Amino acid sequence: MQVSSPQDYLPIIIQFALALGFVVLSMIASHAIGPKRKAKIKDEQWECGIESVGDARAPISIKYFLVAILFVLFDVEVIFMYPWAVNFRYLGWIGFVEMVIFMGFLLTGYFYIIKKGVLNWE
Amino acid sequence: MESVLIFKAIFILVVFGITLLTATYSTLAERKVAGFLQDRLGPDRAGPYGLLQPLADAVKMFFKEEFIPSSANKWLFIAGPSLAMLTALMTSAVVPFGDSIIWDGQEFKLQGMEINIGILYVFGIVSLGVYGIMVGGWASNNKFSLLGAIRAASQNISYELAMGLSIIAIMMMTGSLDLNAVVKGQAGFHGMAWNVFYQPLACIIFIVCAFAECNRTPFDLPECETELVGGYHTEYSSMKLGLYLFSEYTNMFVSSAVISILFFGGYNFPGQDLLPFSHNVITIIGAAVFFGKILFFIFFFMWVRWTLPRFRYDQLMGLGWKSLLPLAIVNVMITGAVILLTGK
Repeated sequence: MQVSSPQDYLPIIIQFALALGFVVLSMIASHAIGPKRKAKIKDEQWECGIESVGDARAPISIKYFLVAILFVLFDVEVIFMYPWAVNFRYLGWIGFVEMVIFMGFLLTGYFYIIKKGVLNWE
Repeated sequence: MESVLIFKAIFILVVFGITLLTATYSTLAERKVAGFLQDRLGPDRAGPYGLLQPLADAVKMFFKEEFIPSSANKWLFIAGPSLAMLTALMTSAVVPFGDSIIWDGQEFKLQGMEINIGILYVFGIVSLGVYGIMVGGWASNNKFSLLGAIRAASQNISYELAMGLSIIAIMMMTGSLDLNAVVKGQAGFHGMAWNVFYQPLACIIFIVCAFAECNRTPFDLPECETELVGGYHTEYSSMKLGLYLFSEYTNMFVSSAVISILFFGGYNFPGQDLLPFSHNVITIIGAAVFFGKILFFIFFFMWVRWTLPRFRYDQLMGLGWKSLLPLAIVNVMITGAVILLTGK
């Protein structure tokens, strides 16, 4: 496999500068051109014309948090599989069996969370 | 070295312009396609066939009032759409748009950044994209925005898992994380050895996940107007809203490019090794074919949007976690066993 040298990454700076320039310019232009009228009631956040109750700094369903935690767990496994996949032919059957065992552990945890009803949205 | 860097700078500038232009005209194409599918005309007032419509929209966006709610976190409110657009524009750097041009004895690759971890780079940037939506929705301090933003975050991370796993099968076949190597690996059978024929399941999983990552129908729950008014961009106006919408179309362009590279042969086209042309001409035809594939997938995104109804949220999460994730793992295992058994 070929090796990348640090100067191969130089174009990303050009790309980043272009993207940043575009975003900043359009933000400034939109800020400078558009009209601005301020009023106390007009500046409130809008909730369907009904008078808003409280703000959005309220607790939310725990399900979203659980999904986020599970994502972190599973995503680490996925990233762990990337180098294995690249060197798959080199590792051969031994690497394959090792990965099947690893996947077995992973799937055990997966069935546990399914059975626990973590992913049931009721 | 200098000439290569200058070439890269010009190439990135051109690709940047093409990305913006395609995204701009996707907004028109979306409405034209919607019109076509619903048996009406679509926008046709601005310029011939409505071709100036994107320009009119942009001018309108810039001249609209820029509204920031008094209870919002001002800087985060501005940072949200900026981040969304910034991440959307960063991905195209690693996309190989064509093979290479040989000029004056020097070889110039039609790829902004030739690195051997192209796929990882794409995934890294794509997963940053969720911050733009999350930050903007939270900073609005509006319950609808917050719900939309959390939905978006939850949905994106769930589908990222299946997406990452579906790619593994491709990497096992190619043995590389380099996007250019993936394309080169599909050059067999006169340019028809596309991964979609070897990995149909991975292809379907990847495309479904790409729809979810771009927040496109049938997975557009973050901006589900029947439940959440406008979702995460309820509070946004003027070009801030414009950047959110624009980043969606830019993401669509990049996703279409990545789908064509990973599964549909990238710049390979049938009969490329049979044509009696020079290397440079073949490269240019290949780049045009690649662009055609991108346009097809952008059309496909729109076609699906105006054909399918929206998922319910529990169905969406169920599909991601209970169907696509196990399917992707099974696909990796089958691919591994087949590669080892056939010894290819």
